[in-house]
Amino acid sequence: MKHTINELEDIASQVRRDIVRMVHGCQSGHPGGSLGCADFMTALYFEVMNHSTDFTMDGKGEDLFFLSNGHISPVFYSVLARSGYFEVSELATFRKLNSRLQGHPTTHEHLPGIRIASGSLGQGMSVAIGAAQAKKLNKDHSIVYTLHGDGELQEGQNWEAIMYAPHNKVDNLIASIDYNGQQIDGPTEKVLSLENLQAKFEAFGWHVIESDGNDMESIVKALHYAKTLTGKGKPILNLMSTQMGAGVDFMMGSHKWHGVAPNDEQLAAALAQLHSTLKDY
Amino acid sequence: MKKYTYTEKKDTRSGFGAGLLEAGRKNPEVVALCADLVGSLKMEAFIKEFPERFFQIGIAEANMIGIAAGLTIGGKVPFTGTFANFSTGRVYDQIRQSVAYSNKNVKICASHAGLTLGEDGATHQILEDIGLMKMLPGMTVINTCDYNQTKAATIAIAEHEGPVYLRFGRPVIPVFTDPDQKFEIGKAWMVNEGTDVTIIATGHMVWKAIEAGEKLAELGIDAEIINIHTIKPLDEEAILKSIKKTGCVVTAEEHNKFGGLGESVARLLSTELPTPQEFVAVNDSFGESGTPDQLMTKYGLDTVNIVEAAQKVIKRKK
Repeated sequence: MKHTINELEDIASQVRRDIVRMVHGCQSGHPGGSLGCADFMTALYFEVMNHSTDFTMDGKGEDLFFLSNGHISPVFYSVLARSGYFEVSELATFRKLNSRLQGHPTTHEHLPGIRIASGSLGQGMSVAIGAAQAKKLNKDHSIVYTLHGDGELQEGQNWEAIMYAPHNKVDNLIASIDYNGQQIDGPTEKVLSLENLQAKFEAFGWHVIESDGNDMESIVKALHYAKTLTGKGKPILNLMSTQMGAGVDFMMGSHKWHGVAPNDEQLAAALAQLHSTLKDY
Repeated sequence: MKKYTYTEKKDTRSGFGAGLLEAGRKNPEVVALCADLVGSLKMEAFIKEFPERFFQIGIAEANMIGIAAGLTIGGKVPFTGTFANFSTGRVYDQIRQSVAYSNKNVKICASHAGLTLGEDGATHQILEDIGLMKMLPGMTVINTCDYNQTKAATIAIAEHEGPVYLRFGRPVIPVFTDPDQKFEIGKAWMVNEGTDVTIIATGHMVWKAIEAGEKLAELGIDAEIINIHTIKPLDEEAILKSIKKTGCVVTAEEHNKFGGLGESVARLLSTELPTPQEFVAVNDSFGESGTPDQLMTKYGLDTVNIVEAAQKVIKRKK
């Protein structure tokens, strides 16, 4: 372990402060899913992935991460900045004119740490598979990680990719699902039910593991275990239960904070629940 | 009129297959992807020589575009292959976000473009693909005119950094360009120098433009013929230079008149050199089943249509 669970939880608390402050600062963006994935993203960047902040697009010899559900960009930008890819002060430019921190992640503004644009949903797994297959051709034994929304699985392209990866033994890929059961128009089971995701992925030939995405110990353990499953002929799926808005009580458990920014009062209430550990930007 | 002859007819897609093999031999980073149309795209030779550098995607074009974008991360130069319809309209958002906006070095190679796909009919005969692709910022758009040019273009785009749409077709057509040509992206090819009218043609319409030029010569009309293989970026200098001399222009393409080469030329001329122009293109229509020749006749893409358009546009000159 590079960090203790407590240390990782402290970093995640700061990441959550960054998220609510960024979204408040521009009065737009997606706090719910960002907060729900703060623990996962912290675990990935501060504990699990072998990566360099000397950013190169090809990332040869490094683990790579692709965010498919690009709307949770605040959590992505926060962990990248807190990891050292760029100055944390730049987080203040989120969604503002001339910023490298676009509403949805993009390579277009050359922000270190971003390797593909995402936002239009359902495309990230295909891209990650390509990057994973390039690693195999390059005899690079690193791992490719992804994150997808659960509602995002309603996009058909995912299922093309989910079918392709096991057939082609893309076993250097660890995909995680932000399984919070919520999407813009309501609970996924009402909008378009995902049914039994574990059975679906297993039927396609994936090795599926489960984790609690808002329990740092669970998520770190799951990701370390997932790493031991790589190279065995199957892609790995981490079905990760999360709560949208996790860490801020009044944002939790509902789809209502999917894409709504807090006002001044709500910001203060949120920050009161999240201790600052690495200093606010 | 400069004399053009041919000794054989070949399909442009075979030029792609030959070019892909050569590009693969030149650069070990070149990889190929196909969505269940290996034979139609003439990719067999590449696959035989470089089996580990070929990815059979299955009938899943969106996934293919995404995987191609991902393969560039790691330094690969991916060539995707399927029909033009499935290379563009079907996967427009994947190309827009994962390739063009992300500036990935993907070569989208599209066969069976246009009416000359023939009997399969309108579901497969895309006539909108040039427009779709040229609207994407940073996308290079190429439509080749014969086997040799397609082969040379395929080799050239492997050496070009950035996303490219390469459009070619199904039928066998005359092979009339130089087998040893060096393909320069964005550079017009002067097919024939003339003074009375400029004919700008792309793809399968280039040979028809040559035939039209011969007919016009018999009628005493000296046509300048330019092949624009690269629709974007457009060789504006070559076009303006020619039209300053001739004072009128006919554009010819196997595409809808909306969004194609003709519109690109019109946009240039309207700001730089307002000039009478006639469009030989499909008149905002879908295609239908038939032989390629029947369809080109029915939809007004024949030699005679270029001749008539040239006569008409000359009359419109002041």
